[in-house]
Amino acid sequence: MKASCAGTLESGDIRIEIIPGGQGMKVELHSSVANQFGHHIKSILEATARQSGLDDCVITAVDKGALDCTIEARMRTAALRAFEADPDFYSLEMIK
Amino acid sequence: MRLRRTMLFVPGNNPAMIQDAHIYGSDALMFDLEDSVAMSEKDAARMLVYHALKTVPFGNCEVVVRINPLDTPYGKKDIEAMVLGGVQVIRLPKTETAQDILDVECEIEKVERKAGIPVGKTAMMAAIEGALGVVNAYEIARSSRRLIAIALGAEDYCANMKTSRSESGEELFLARAQIVVAARAAGIDAIDTVYSDINNEEQLIKETKLIKQLGFDGKSIINPRQIDPINQIFTPTAKEIEKAMQIVEALEQAQAKGSGIVSLNGKMIDKPVLLRAQRTLDMARASMVLFD
Repeated sequence: MKASCAGTLESGDIRIEIIPGGQGMKVELHSSVANQFGHHIKSILEATARQSGLDDCVITAVDKGALDCTIEARMRTAALRAFEADPDFYSLEMIK
Repeated sequence: MRLRRTMLFVPGNNPAMIQDAHIYGSDALMFDLEDSVAMSEKDAARMLVYHALKTVPFGNCEVVVRINPLDTPYGKKDIEAMVLGGVQVIRLPKTETAQDILDVECEIEKVERKAGIPVGKTAMMAAIEGALGVVNAYEIARSSRRLIAIALGAEDYCANMKTSRSESGEELFLARAQIVVAARAAGIDAIDTVYSDINNEEQLIKETKLIKQLGFDGKSIINPRQIDPINQIFTPTAKEIEKAMQIVEALEQAQAKGSGIVSLNGKMIDKPVLLRAQRTLDMARASMVLFD
């Protein structure tokens, strides 16, 4: 596993960085809507990270008003890049 | 009747544009995984569009995804993700032969079978963007029952032809004519290329009137500002609708009396005129300007 990132800082997007290690999973969120939606965004990040096989890393996310589907997509992309793996969309279908 | 007057190009790695694209009134949306996405972001765009297909409601828009060609490392992965995501139409770029279509169809079918999706559910569209594709337009157009339309991609076509685009568009005359004839012969739609100067509405209107006259069903667009002028040109006017209704009514009355031909306002009305009138009324109903 290696450090990775996905997404951009453009409006409607979210930029996610993964740093391996850290004794468990830690999620840091920076968002202008953190007061209203911070808990929700973090729960999507954590659930998607665990589904993607991440359990020992620091995840730093800078949210620019991303929809849930964008948060999930960027988190999966960052995780796949960390593992240098190809996505298995058939497995994703089972989750969805 | 499915309207394809306007097909809005949306870069596949831009979440804000993807989530808002359906609100502008385009008949179709085309999420692009090919030219608008950097090589380093192909994986991110594919994942983003997959999740958007699963969750974003795109209203009445027909949803098309332009995949990367099969001879790149991305083409097969794009097909897998988009078919599983439930895309309505897969658009193949740079189509040169009927075999290009059959190869993509084969990959689509593999995914449909493996995932338990009804075989044939995913439709296809072919973009013709080079001289060979224009020469083979009819063979391409009739190559698969999944094919709903063929489209002209003029920028690559002009580069291939060692020419450039002009306002008058004479360099596209043969390609446009060949593509629209091939589409009609195969019973599918013909979509014209983009007009890329978004600040020149006058020329956009001129070009759209030309391609409508040639017989095209619609045009690819790159900016929501281009939707209304194009939709307006393809939508029948009140006068055209009234005339079409008079023609249909006059011929129905004549047929009731045992005649297949009738005169209306001094002009002969026969089958081709009736077909045009019926198409006008179909277009008017689909465009929501005529209600039964």
